Amino acid sequence: METAGAAGQPVLELTDIGKEFGAIRALHGVDMQVFPGEVVGLMGDNGAGKSTLVKIIAGNFRPSQGEVRFDGNVVHFYRPIDARAVGIEVVYQDLALADNLTAAANVFLGRELKRKFGPFAFLDHNAMAARALELFGELRSETRPHDLVKQMSGGQRQAVAIARTRLSNARLVMMDEPTAAISVRQVEQVLGLIHRLKEQGVAVMLISHRMPDVFAVCDRVIVMRRGEKRADKPIRHTSPEEVTALITGAKEAA
Amino acid sequence: MAMPLETPISFTNVGRIKWWQRGIFASQTGYVLLALLGLMIAMHFASPYFFTQGNMQNVAKNFSFIAIATLGITFVIITGGIDLSVGSMMCFSAMITSMVMSGLSTPGMPGASLFVHLAADGKTVVANVPGLILLLSILAGLVVALIVGLVNGFCIAVLGLSPFVTTLGMLSIVRGLGYVVSNGRGSFPGGPDAEYFYALTSGELFGVPAPFIYLVILAVVMAIVLHHTSFGRHVFALGGNEKAAELTGIPVVRVKIEVYVICALAAGLQGIIVSGWLGSAPANMATSYELNVIAAAVIGGANLAGGVGGSLGAIVGCVLLEVIRNGLVLAQVSSYWQQTLVGVIIILAVLVDRIRSRIT
Repeated sequence: METAGAAGQPVLELTDIGKEFGAIRALHGVDMQVFPGEVVGLMGDNGAGKSTLVKIIAGNFRPSQGEVRFDGNVVHFYRPIDARAVGIEVVYQDLALADNLTAAANVFLGRELKRKFGPFAFLDHNAMAARALELFGELRSETRPHDLVKQMSGGQRQAVAIARTRLSNARLVMMDEPTAAISVRQVEQVLGLIHRLKEQGVAVMLISHRMPDVFAVCDRVIVMRRGEKRADKPIRHTSPEEVTALITGAKEAA
Repeated sequence: MAMPLETPISFTNVGRIKWWQRGIFASQTGYVLLALLGLMIAMHFASPYFFTQGNMQNVAKNFSFIAIATLGITFVIITGGIDLSVGSMMCFSAMITSMVMSGLSTPGMPGASLFVHLAADGKTVVANVPGLILLLSILAGLVVALIVGLVNGFCIAVLGLSPFVTTLGMLSIVRGLGYVVSNGRGSFPGGPDAEYFYALTSGELFGVPAPFIYLVILAVVMAIVLHHTSFGRHVFALGGNEKAAELTGIPVVRVKIEVYVICALAAGLQGIIVSGWLGSAPANMATSYELNVIAAAVIGGANLAGGVGGSLGAIVGCVLLEVIRNGLVLAQVSSYWQQTLVGVIIILAVLVDRIRSRIT
């Protein structure tokens, strides 16, 4: 299948992105595009520049050169909150959940729904639980809004973290190693969640070391090595062997 | 853009948590409360005096004397912090309040002429506006607490110092300041408003001690703030996972400063109330009370690692401590045993919680 929005406008477009930390060149001349409803795998060995790239897109770093376009407009992110404001969400590897709170509380953390009583604003527990249940339903995750996160499985935690990105109607969700530390059955669930996001027209960038996961859900794979983009091709035109060769440098570029 | 659900999700693999494994029933607060009720029943059979009105009033009054400060420190403990300066804070606020009160009430002191004048007999001091001096002196005590709380919060949240070290330093600083301003002698509430002060702090309303009434009001407010406002939610989130709180855009620095200010204000108010009952604010007042306050909070279920705690737990912890003390007195056991027992109970409460979380 060709990507859903391949003919349309890319949601994210990077042109000639470079980043230097002092004398170290972490990224050099990276061009890439991500389209709505597309799942892009970002692969590369440690130190290949994946996380620097992700941090530039998420607003943690500013690029030394190059241009970031979101929805066709040039954007400059100074802080992560700027990236979130335009619709870029990151699901962190450790998920950034508060274990002692319920699923619904975590989904709405920092953007609670409130009801006004005169000068006071109180949490609207029912509205938040209902919306959270709706989001878990969209993600097809069996997660109860009132359950505590500390009692949940790895897959459910992923669902909570992903539901948080759905709350803001993110256009691009970047997931950092979402399948690194969970069981096989839960990996299935997480890949299912990524499909749900895709169905709703959200672009997903999956940063992962796990070849089978990338080949299971991604439409396209981008391979980074030594701060440069070495390959960018539809998943059906490549193979795990080729990607491995690109990551390790056995094959220079494709 | 809410997507319609094709089918409502079913929970085939995810069971509902049983009611007795949720909420208060599964919390340390729950079974400490149970232990407390058991203890009170046992006390009733051990001593016929326990459930008399006089003794109950006594118990209610005594535990109210640390419970308000315990409510305050519970906020700090939920965020995963600690405040060791509450004992000194109690003393210092009480001292400032009574010094301001007697200062403004002494004709001849700077500014006092605005508030008092001498009656015709040349001796009796009369307030220009009854109650104004009281209001100002209590405000002065609370403002001092506010400043100490702000300094604590600033050092911890902005400068990133450890809460333990910062407040340990503050314990010493505030106690020292208390000795400095009073020359080590302590101070007494005085002047025409002193009787209002005593009525408000050690009086009774329908046989209920005034401090107990304040405690109940503050505890209800605290429960609402913790569970029904976004500030309370952020306090819990901060204790559960500070990094997550930061990543989700919670104003971490502001919330931290706010909890230390709340704690200092609660301690200050507590000190002012205690000084009304004592009739003075001696310079060594409430020494080492921070340990009682922290012990009460921890027994009541606040977790020093952060993320767990509540106003009911704070009160249950204080009541338990007081019932044990009271019980030992009624049973004519040397009151020196109290401290030993309190220590045993702290460890027991935490131990039972650990065992329970292993089982479930």
